[in-house]
Order: sequence, then C-alpha cells, then structure tokens
Amino acid sequence: MKILVCISKTPDTTAKIAFADNNTKFSEAGVQFIINPYDEWYALVRALELKETLNATVHLITVGGADTEPVIRKALALGGDEAFRVNADSHDSYYIASQIAAHAKQENYDIIFTGKETIDYNGSGIGGMVAELVGIPFVSIASKFELNGQVATLRREIEGGEEVCEVTLPVAVSCQKGMAEARIPNMRGIMAARTKPLKVIEPVQADTLTSIVSFELPPAKAGVKLIPADNVEELVKLLHEEAKVI
Amino acid sequence: MSVLIFADQFQGKIKKSALEAVQYGAKVAAQLGTSATVLVAGEVSADELASLGQYGAQKVLHVSDARLNELEAGTATKILAEAVAKENAAVVVFSHNFSGRAIAPQLSSRLKAGLVAGAISLPDTANGFVVKKNVFSGKAFANVNITSEKKIVSVLPNTFSLAPTGGSASVEAFAPALTDADFRVKPIKVETISGEVPLTEAEIVVSGGRGLKGPENWGILEDLAHALGAATACSRPVADADWRPHHEHVGQTGFTVRPNLYIAIGISGAIQHLAGVNGSKVIVVINKDPEAPFFKAADYGIVGDAFEVVPKLTEAVKKYKGI
Repeated sequence: MKILVCISKTPDTTAKIAFADNNTKFSEAGVQFIINPYDEWYALVRALELKETLNATVHLITVGGADTEPVIRKALALGGDEAFRVNADSHDSYYIASQIAAHAKQENYDIIFTGKETIDYNGSGIGGMVAELVGIPFVSIASKFELNGQVATLRREIEGGEEVCEVTLPVAVSCQKGMAEARIPNMRGIMAARTKPLKVIEPVQADTLTSIVSFELPPAKAGVKLIPADNVEELVKLLHEEAKVI
Repeated sequence: MSVLIFADQFQGKIKKSALEAVQYGAKVAAQLGTSATVLVAGEVSADELASLGQYGAQKVLHVSDARLNELEAGTATKILAEAVAKENAAVVVFSHNFSGRAIAPQLSSRLKAGLVAGAISLPDTANGFVVKKNVFSGKAFANVNITSEKKIVSVLPNTFSLAPTGGSASVEAFAPALTDADFRVKPIKVETISGEVPLTEAEIVVSGGRGLKGPENWGILEDLAHALGAATACSRPVADADWRPHHEHVGQTGFTVRPNLYIAIGISGAIQHLAGVNGSKVIVVINKDPEAPFFKAADYGIVGDAFEVVPKLTEAVKKYKGI
C-alpha cells in the first residue's frame, strides 16, 4: 500500500498578515511557517495511522522553493517515509495540482490525501484537481476514513448533513477535523528525519490558469459598542434597529 | 456563449447557497450580455425548478435521475462537462458550499478552466476577469484574474443576499449517458442534522467557550439560540474537552461560519477562533473579562457574567419577539 500526502507550507495561524511590493506579494518578514494544519493534523496523521496498521509506505510531496524544506522535514519527523519537493513556486492551484499529478501517475498511489484547504490561499482545490488529472475518484472534506481490504468507507460533509460512502481504491481524499488527532514529533523522529530521503524534482510543463492581481486588507472595525450588563434590552434594540440582524 | 450555474439540491429542495449562486451567475450573464442556464441533478419538482427564474435563470437543464439524488463529485463533473459543451458555456458558477468545493476543482481540471474558490465580488471584466476572494482565512482579500478561456467561480455562501423577482425559467430535460463507471463513489447513507439549524447555513449563531465552565451549563446558551432561531457552536477547547460535539467547532481548524449575527459567549477570541468567524456581518461578544481580545473584533459587547447576562438576554429576545 502506497499513500501520498500533499503538504503545503503556510504562515503560522497567529502570523500578522501584511503585503509588500505594492500589495502584490505576501510579506514574509518575521513570519513563522508551519505545515498547513489540515495537511498535518488530518491528512498526514491519518496516513501515519494507516501505515502503522497496514504496513503502508507514506510519501510526502510539496511544490515550493528550498525554503519549504524545514516544513517537509517536520512532516518526515512525524513519520513520513520519503519526501518529494517539486522545485517551483506558484499560487495557481491548477499548476500545483499538475505537478503533484505528474509525480503521482508514476508512483501509482493507492491513496492521495490532502487537507481540505490551505489556511493561506484557501483554494480548497488541490485534492479534486489532482484526482481528475490522475483519473481516480475524489471524496471531499472527509472526517472519517476506514479501510477494509481495497474498499474505503468514508464520512464526508454534505449540505445539511453527512454522508457515508464507499469507494474502491485508488482514491484521493481531502481531510478535515475528525480524521485523526494531532501529533507532535518525538526526538527519535526528528533525528531520523535528517537522513530520510528528500528528493528535489524539476517541474513538468503546466499551464497557469489564474494569477493574483493584488491583495487587500479588510477595513478596520469601527470599534466595539459596549452595552451595560444590566441593560440587555438595549442590545436587542440595537440588533434590531441599528444592525438589522434580528 | 452562456453562463452555466450548478444548483445542488438536498432531498428535492434547492439550497439557499445554491440560489445565491444562481443569482450571482445571472448577474455575470447580464454583465457579459448572455443568458444564464442552471443545471440541476436528481429528483426535483417542476415548480421548484421553474422558481429558479426568480433568481434570474432563463433556462434549467434538469437531469432527472434518482441515482443523482446523492451526487458524487465525479458524476457531477461528467454531467457538467457535457452541459458546458451543449450550452457553449464560458463561465461556470457554483456555490462554495460542500458540493461546490467537491465538484468545482474536478471540473476545473477537466475543462482547464481557472477556478476562483469563494468569490465575494462579481467579476471585474474591465481588465481581464478579476474576482475578489478571502485569503488568509478571512484576514485579507485577493483579487484574482482568471486567465484561461473558460472560467469557474464558486460563490462564498451568505455573501450576496437573495432578491427574488417574479421570473420563471423554462425547464428542459437533459440526459447525459451515464454508465456504472460514472458511479465510482457509492453513497451508503445520509445523516441529516435534524431538529436544529445547520451551523454553516445559519443566519444567527450562538457560540460558547470555556467561560461557560462545563457542558452542563449549555442550557442557557441553547435557550438563547432557541429564542433567536439560531444554530449553536463552540470554540476549539470546548470541542476538544468533549463538552460539545466536534461538528459545532468553529475556528481556523473547525468550521468557518458567516452568519448575519454571531454571538460569542465566554470565548476569549484567540486569532484561530476569529479566523473561523470574521466573515460574520455582526459580532456580539459577552465576556466577563474586559481585556478579552474578542472585544476588538466585535461590533457590540457586554462585559459581564454570562450566567447572569445570557438568561436576561434570552428573556429580552423573547419579549421582543412576543414569544
């Protein structure tokens, strides 16, 4: 059994968001980078759990420059077996998915896991795009993944509820909360990660279908209007008359 | 040329988020001087389909097939790709709801059509096809140009308010050939969230944090939610401590909600929590700590003990609503 986990480098959840170059580029000054939480906590850890019970091999892939290597080393420290970095920098989901798909087609993975979205560009597209390019079924926003032989049973979010569905491998799955519990790497994992293979591969030719023209920061909030605790009627009145939300 | 909109149904009803997509798509069609066609798959009544005209659709393509009542992304991708060809669609619009997030990326790859996921503006076509979306979990916006010939936009739910008119759409049966190979993912069962308002669709959300001290104290929050017709939610520590189910967790790693009104009770307002709620139109914070960071993100605030303030607020809401 071979599993591929797609890893993205994102700013830490508490990072201050600012832009440079006339609001065309995310300002990385002073920003800590982490593994995108959905990729790490749900996609990667579920893959590692399957590895522990099924004797699976877990490969990691990221598309990015050399500055993504600390993040992918951390994913190796958590228990990934081998990592691939496609040496390209892009914010276009289709371009990134094309790179992952080109690698995945050669390796014939049984399962491709992604997080449900990244916390920076919030595109939520990579899983479905990769599935389509590789030609395998896709299950989105899954909170459970159980395997019985070659048949996976998943629980996924739908409008107004949840669906339990079945699919025969291979499959691509985007993962959300519920798939697994977060882990922290131990010292043995960190030491082992240093010598695990991290292969740099050059990108294949692929089209870019979108480009970011500019960024904007939201307008600052006007400031909170405080209401005395003994006058909740005033809050109801404001919500009705001023905010018009009730 | 035309604009094709995918409107998902759940148990025969077109979802509100899908109606928002229809209305958005109709506006894009008007902008481009073309017509808006909606695709609906699964068993839906003729009246429900024709009513899509109220949101600007001229035509509805209906794939009436019971196998599509629970629609998997791969099947939908095939149907939509055929509809795009038939209608010569230049733009495809989805809601950025769960179905849109499942299907739009696959269709994007199939058609090599650039995708903007979670649009919060109509396209600016003065210089390309530029659509605004949230990035950094709502902490910023990006203006994204779709450079491919065909374009896909998914519309962030609860961003554009619905303004139905008196229109009616013509309904046309559409029957793309589907084989067993198009049903690779098999639905086993659907569990609906019944008796309560689904969190991600709720217009009002009442949410509780550690300040409520324990699961046994959730009654005051539920009473307020009930009086307001609101969904209930919670912060991550509350879900992690199993005080409340995980499907109520809102925040960076839980659900993102964008209600008209978000009432946070006993939640300090960590940046990860704010990332999941900062799209809310109005935020009310009730917290006994005046230094709680959430007050900085709030529109209205009450500094006070939740156990005193919330029951009084519930009574005031009931009085206002006459219940």
